[in-house]
Amino acid sequence: MIKKIIVKFGMNWVFLFLVLFLYLLTLIFNQTLFIKSLIYAKGVLIEVIPVLIMVFAFTFLANLWLTNKKANKLLSSKTGPLQYFTAVFLGILSSGPIYMWYPLLSELKEKGLNNSLITIFLYNRAVKIPLMPMIVYYFGLPFLLITTFFMITFSLINGYFVAKFTNN
Amino acid sequence: MKKYKLALKNTFNNIKNTLPILFGIVLLISFIITIIPSSFYSNFFTGNSVVDSFLGALLGSVAAGNPVNSYVIGVELLKQGVGLVAVTAFVISWVTVGVVQFPAEALLLGKRFALVRNIFSFISAIVISILTVLIIQFL
Repeated sequence: MIKKIIVKFGMNWVFLFLVLFLYLLTLIFNQTLFIKSLIYAKGVLIEVIPVLIMVFAFTFLANLWLTNKKANKLLSSKTGPLQYFTAVFLGILSSGPIYMWYPLLSELKEKGLNNSLITIFLYNRAVKIPLMPMIVYYFGLPFLLITTFFMITFSLINGYFVAKFTNN
Repeated sequence: MKKYKLALKNTFNNIKNTLPILFGIVLLISFIITIIPSSFYSNFFTGNSVVDSFLGALLGSVAAGNPVNSYVIGVELLKQGVGLVAVTAFVISWVTVGVVQFPAEALLLGKRFALVRNIFSFISAIVISILTVLIIQFL
C-alpha cells in the first residue's frame, strides 16, 4: 500500500504530504505552535528564495553548456588537486542553506560529478566567511583559525572516505 | 534554439522534482526550531568532556537553522559551564551534519551517499572539537 502510494506520487510529494500532515495535527492540537512555525517558515522562505533562484539559474546554465558529452569529458577525468581546490573554494563561497544546493548537485551528479567532490563542496559550506567576525568575537581568533584549518582538512578526508564507502 | 529549449525543459523538470522536497524541509526545520526552546540545550550535558563532545555533536546534528543561532547558543552553554569541547562539537555538527535535511539529501543525492556523508561528518565534528581544544590549551 505504502509502496503503491510512493510509486504513484513519488517520494518527494509523499515527503511533503507527511510534513503537511504534521502541520495539520499541530493545527488541531496546538494552534500557537502551528502559527509560530508558519511565521518562522515564512521568514525562512523569504530568506531562501533569492538563493533558490540563483541555484536554478546555475542549473539552467549547467544544462545549457554542460552537455552529456562535455560533462563526461570534464567530470569523468581523474580527480586531481585542481578539482579538489575548486570544490573547497566553491563550497566556502556558496551561500544559503545547504539543502538549496542539492538540486544542482543532483543534476551534476547525473552528469558524472563524483561523490568525493560533492562531499568536499558540502563540508566546506560550513566555513562561512561573512560569519568569521562573529566567531572571533564569541570564541576568539585562535578558535576560528584552528577550526577553519581542520574543517578544510577534514573535508578532503571525508571526501576520500565517502567516495570509498559509496563505491564512487 | 533547440539547445535552450532542452536546457529549459531539464531545468523545469529539476524544479518540479525538488520544490516539494525543499518546501517540506523548510516547513520541517521551522517546526523543529519552534518546538525546541534554547533552554533545552543546557540540560543535555554531563560534565565529562569525552561524553559531552559526543552529546554536543549529537545535539548539533539534530538542530537546524542559521549557524548564527549555534554561536549564540554555544556562548550561552559556555557561560553555563559546559566545556569548550562540547560547544565546538555542537557548533561544527550544526553546519556539517543534517538529520533534519537527511530526507532531502537522500532523495536528491542518494540514500547511501547521505548516510555515509553524515556519519563521517558526525565523527569529524567530534575529532575536530577534541583537536581544537587540545591545541588551544597548548597555546
